[in-house]
Amino acid sequence: MQPPYHQAVHRFALFLVACTLLLLIAGALVTSNEAALSVPDWPLSYGTLLPPMVGGIVFEDSHRKIAGAVLLLTLILAIWLWRAEQRRWMRWLGVAAFGAVLGQAVLGGLTVLLNLHYGMPVAHACLAQIFFGIVVSIALFTSNWWNADHPRLEDSGSPSVHSLAFLNAGVIFLQVVLGAGFRHKDIPIWPHLVGAGAVLATVTWTGAALRRRFEQSREMRLARILLHSIFGMQFLLGIGALWSRMSTANAPQPLPVTIAFTVAHTVVGALLFACGVGVILVCRRLVPFQLFEANSLLHREEAAGRNGPRGI
Amino acid sequence: MKARFWASLACLSGLALVLVSCGKKEESAENAQAGQPAATPIDMSTVGSVSGAVKLEGPAPKPKKINMGADQFCASVHPGGGATEEVVTDASGDLANVIVYVKEGLGNRTFDTPKTPVELDQKGCMYSPHIVTLMAGQTFDVKNADQTTHNIHPVPKNNREWNKSQAPGAPDISDTFAREEVAIPVQCQVHPWMKSYIAVFKHPYFAVTGAKGSFDIKNLPPGTYTLEAWHEKFGVSDQTVTIGAKEAKTVTFSFKPATGGD
Repeated sequence: MQPPYHQAVHRFALFLVACTLLLLIAGALVTSNEAALSVPDWPLSYGTLLPPMVGGIVFEDSHRKIAGAVLLLTLILAIWLWRAEQRRWMRWLGVAAFGAVLGQAVLGGLTVLLNLHYGMPVAHACLAQIFFGIVVSIALFTSNWWNADHPRLEDSGSPSVHSLAFLNAGVIFLQVVLGAGFRHKDIPIWPHLVGAGAVLATVTWTGAALRRRFEQSREMRLARILLHSIFGMQFLLGIGALWSRMSTANAPQPLPVTIAFTVAHTVVGALLFACGVGVILVCRRLVPFQLFEANSLLHREEAAGRNGPRGI
Repeated sequence: MKARFWASLACLSGLALVLVSCGKKEESAENAQAGQPAATPIDMSTVGSVSGAVKLEGPAPKPKKINMGADQFCASVHPGGGATEEVVTDASGDLANVIVYVKEGLGNRTFDTPKTPVELDQKGCMYSPHIVTLMAGQTFDVKNADQTTHNIHPVPKNNREWNKSQAPGAPDISDTFAREEVAIPVQCQVHPWMKSYIAVFKHPYFAVTGAKGSFDIKNLPPGTYTLEAWHEKFGVSDQTVTIGAKEAKTVTFSFKPATGGD
């Protein structure tokens, strides 16, 4: 029996996704404008809720205000899910979302108070992506599509599409970590460049598997197109970000071209990770999930013995 | 049970924040000075001096334009935009803002810390002076002459890092650096183009070149010294000089712009 569809909850979850995207943009603007420490105190800004909005303070304080709004919206969503959801795991997912955004608030404060040391900016950046993935997941789980009936799809390839989707999302997240490490000057750029190659490989592999194995599925086609499109955009933005950084390395202040490319690259990176999470969930919804790969392999070997070998 | 768990987690998070807010307390200048040995006596009847100039050989990189539009006050002071102070030279190649100091040769001598504070001002959304030099434990006062807010953020490698805000008309921010370091970058994240450097020494034998690129280090005891000239863009240059009793020596340093320009 499918759980009831709450349109209002779903729309609120979508609204939270949009606000979180805005928060990601605001956060990226702080880093790209080198404004993270323009407000030395936390949680207030210059001892007040209304600091002088000049220079870097505009970016840092705006980021804090939007973060406060997202915190409140997430709390509302968590309470709403707890009261309205029949699915126990969804209630706890709402709690996890609130815990993540609360953790983000603490990390954000520590980032400022510790003067950007001890890996705080990287931790703050990575948890932001995880939180975004959670709210996107909640939006998907509360959707009419997720709660409707769907025919189950047969996965005839190896490794399973679930394994590929997990690998893809994992590699994308690792690339996010490497990108954050470079952006916050903790590591050189070469690991992030190598990571781009790894993401290219997993996105291509996952996209090819979705196309070959589930050619007739509208949802899988959409997932594949989104994954490829967002990755393509991200790859080009990465080239642009690198070029803009190199060509303005000696500038006395962050220049608009660098700010634009680096912010876009950061935010589209979050979208790519969210897309990777979405692919995992769509596969989970449509394709039977075997807990142990060996069982799946055993079934395929038995089927192959009856029907002949199958490809990817 | 569950409520107690979440309450405990909230308390632990708050405790972590409070502990962090108290900041890292390194050895204070007062404590450092309390343990400091008495100054080594110097026979003033034998001291000499070293003076000279610092030159830039070759064409100077042009100052880069600064867009101050992010702050109306800064833009009003610099209607056409500001300019960087990385490389300041005149037509003769005299290089300003070079720190010249005795790097080696003083042995284990110790020196009294001056009581007069050194000033770093913020005027027209630029630091003034661009280079500050002082002794370890000597107070420096940060002033804000601007009608806008700044944050002052020294980023040392060998001293305590801090970041403080200063509103228009706010009192001076006074602080010290406990250890020698050449040189500590100072930043303002409200106005990211603002840059300054603070050089901290254990001795008083240092100078900063002015517009004419000249320096003069007085009251040096006789001896052989390594002099170092430090520039924020061109790096360092060392020379050895021997000063006899009551002798005045002249030294010239030169830097070359990097090939390929900016």
